[in-house]
Amino acid sequence: MAKVKLDNLNHSYVPNPNPEDYVLKNINIEWNDGGAYALLGPSGCGKTTILNIISGLINPTSGSILFDDKDVTNLSPLDRNIGQVFQFPVIYDTMTVYDNLAFPLKNRGFDSSYIDKKVKEIAEILELSSTLQNRASGLTADGKQKISLGRGLVRSDVNVLMFDEPLTVIDPLLKWQLRSKLKELHHEFKNTMIYVTHDQTEALTFADQVVVMYEGVIVQIGTPTELFETPKHTFVGHFIGSPGMNILPCDVSDQNVTCFNHQIKTSSDLKNIQSNSKLEIGVRPEFIKFSSTGLPAEVKNVSDIGRYKVVECLVSDQKIKVIVNEGEEVTTDRANLEFNSNYTKIYQDSWMVS
Amino acid sequence: MSKKTLDNKAWLFVLPMFILVAFNAVIPLMTVVNYSVQETFGNNLFFWQGIDWFEKVVNSERFYNALGRQFLYTGIILVIEIPLGIAIALTMPKKGIGVSICLVLMSIPLLIPWNVVGAMWNIFALPDIGLLGYAINNWLNIDYNFTQQPFSAWFTCILMDVWHWTSLVVLLCYAGLISIPDAYYQAANIDGAKPWSVFRYIQLPKMKKVLTIAILLRFMDSFMIYTEPFVLTGGGPGNSTTFLSIDLVKVALGEFDLGPAAAMSLVYFLIVLLVSWVFYNLMMRNEEN
Amino acid sequence: MSKYKWLVPTLYILFLMIPIYWLINMSFKNTSEIINSFSIFPQNITFDNYIKIFTDSTWYMGYVNSITYVGINTILCIVFALPAAYAFSRYKFLGDKHMFFWLLTNRMAPPAVFALPFFQLYSSFGLFDTHLAVALAHCLFNIPLAVWIMEGFISGVPKELDETAYVDGYSFPKFFFKIFIPNIKAGIGITAFFCFMFSWVELLLAKTLTAVEAKPIAATMTRTASTSGYELGLLAAAGVLTIIPGAIVIYFVRNYIAKGFALGRV
Repeated sequence: MAKVKLDNLNHSYVPNPNPEDYVLKNINIEWNDGGAYALLGPSGCGKTTILNIISGLINPTSGSILFDDKDVTNLSPLDRNIGQVFQFPVIYDTMTVYDNLAFPLKNRGFDSSYIDKKVKEIAEILELSSTLQNRASGLTADGKQKISLGRGLVRSDVNVLMFDEPLTVIDPLLKWQLRSKLKELHHEFKNTMIYVTHDQTEALTFADQVVVMYEGVIVQIGTPTELFETPKHTFVGHFIGSPGMNILPCDVSDQNVTCFNHQIKTSSDLKNIQSNSKLEIGVRPEFIKFSSTGLPAEVKNVSDIGRYKVVECLVSDQKIKVIVNEGEEVTTDRANLEFNSNYTKIYQDSWMVS
Repeated sequence: MSKKTLDNKAWLFVLPMFILVAFNAVIPLMTVVNYSVQETFGNNLFFWQGIDWFEKVVNSERFYNALGRQFLYTGIILVIEIPLGIAIALTMPKKGIGVSICLVLMSIPLLIPWNVVGAMWNIFALPDIGLLGYAINNWLNIDYNFTQQPFSAWFTCILMDVWHWTSLVVLLCYAGLISIPDAYYQAANIDGAKPWSVFRYIQLPKMKKVLTIAILLRFMDSFMIYTEPFVLTGGGPGNSTTFLSIDLVKVALGEFDLGPAAAMSLVYFLIVLLVSWVFYNLMMRNEEN
Repeated sequence: MSKYKWLVPTLYILFLMIPIYWLINMSFKNTSEIINSFSIFPQNITFDNYIKIFTDSTWYMGYVNSITYVGINTILCIVFALPAAYAFSRYKFLGDKHMFFWLLTNRMAPPAVFALPFFQLYSSFGLFDTHLAVALAHCLFNIPLAVWIMEGFISGVPKELDETAYVDGYSFPKFFFKIFIPNIKAGIGITAFFCFMFSWVELLLAKTLTAVEAKPIAATMTRTASTSGYELGLLAAAGVLTIIPGAIVIYFVRNYIAKGFALGRV
């Protein structure tokens, strides 16, 4: 296992690119040996590109990749010693499960007794032992993905294990089982795992640390809790959480924040606010309460999710969502909204001021 | 896999087509069967012969010679064209302007009327007039004359067929190849697979379906071949390149020997049916997997 | 090693083009030059061969006849095969699998077996030497092919489309022509290409069923070789002209060729 560092990565798929042709801009990430990381972002944000650059399938336009401080930017995927699990199961259909798992080791010239030991060991962990002599093409989708995973695990010198939205074709119940299995594997083997997804649940439950990307740029790196409580970019705010953060326009003057002519208390430091920038307040539905004082709003819609209710309110023409726990009363018609100042942040040009 | 509903009204859709094809297939076949068990001396007088003609055909040396020549020809064709087609498909570009250029140029031989193919190769291979004939005789100093030497005639027929039909195999294999997602090649790269392993474990299995179609089509079409070799060599020199269809037409239209011709036709058709039944089952089993 | 990969298709294409080039070369020479000298380029370029073909009706009618029966055949095949393909794809009915196999066996029918019977059959209907006869005869193997190709494409269109149209109140004919057919345009195009191709190139049946009125260009060309001695230049020019329609058709469907040859079953 190795620590992975991305140094000033820029990438464009067209030769001689203009600034707007870059799909990755100034990517700098340092991932520790043995950590479980997620790359989260919407489709097209560049996360699969990063993955393919790390694995060596793409050469970056500029910048370098280092495994344990060794520059591997010009090494082939074979020489980088990585494992990758793709969106759909990629297995060798004509081989048995055993031969599939043995394949990477056979190509590297290990002797058959070692191969046999390793294959059986990994098959045991992945619960594939009973199917070892079956043709790989006969397995279910999750079984095939396990084979893909196994081909990475079977090499004891593998540096990084990468996952490109691996649960896409898996049934929901098995999705949960595979996710747990991955966490279990990580716990036992302490592999460096990088998991790319656009599903926040997968990212937040799998990773110790999440890199959130948007339009080719990293907007925040942090633990799931950090991303939830202190989103550094409005995109992080509204992408994470269900429903996402409420973003409202506001004005700041003399250290006072007003939103729809109502003063709001926040925990952000207002010292460096430029007056001609786009100013917004961000507050999660979980941190808004109905009270007697606060921003006046009209209650429009209540959705009962079960454990909580989502109340959609309207302040002039701005929608605000509030989460109310099960059993609590919801006022109808008119109400006042109070924001928890600890979790109310100011955003200048979409970035959080601190 | 779409769910089909059981509905015999669907026969209404099928009926017009069925009538048209049956008209062309069943009536002539009935005629052939009719002739194969009768003898005629002209004037529309027919006498029952039973299976006499069949016995004659099955015991005729001429028929076996033609059959043997045909199997040899088809065998050589398959052995050359299938691997060659696969090899070319593997090296064709997958993106860019090269793709269109390759596909268009490679398809041209397939759309040339078969008699023109024969005539073209006739002109091309004539010993002192054609480029090939001239080149072999004068630049390679080999005595080559396809109108007089059986070996040269075979050589030219086979070369002509390879020229004519390999592209079909290439196009089929190419279609199979480009449907393989990149991820398979990427995974093989990561697993450290050598090019031969990539071919054996990824490309060849994914081409199985199209290869079956290619082998079936090439077997059938070369087994029934008539026009190209006939225009090129007329079946000669002698009868060295008289393949099954050529022989059959000689007997039927040339010698107007209806009985034997009909019996031979049926035996011929039966062989073809048997092989296509085998291949059809192979293909259907492949599709179900 | 992979640096030289491009060499393989290049050499192959070269191999394909050389005999065609030779044909073109020959077409610009007159017979005496052909017989008396050997040259890779025509020494005295002559257009006589082409002029003869374009001005002599026995020649150019050959092309007209060929294109006519090929066109009729293509239309017939598509019109008859399309409903059948729809039925095979969407419905189960008595004998469907056997019918499908039977259809395929017709594609496998040796034309030689059918030459004489067809001659007698069409003669007895008074259709000998007509374009219709050849067009109908070619249906024997073209319709199975058409059904097979279109069935593959139709199966690729989800049945939900039909059901939605039905729920929306479309009558079946309206649904079929306004909604369904535009969806399988590519399939119909490829089918038409193959019907054109196999009808255009087939010679034995076309010659057997025609004499003067509907004589295809192929028959006219054979006449040249046998009767007036070897007018190679003329033959070559006629040959070159038959390659052109094919090349044009290929160019139009070039984007679908690879997939088409796999008959949509890749």
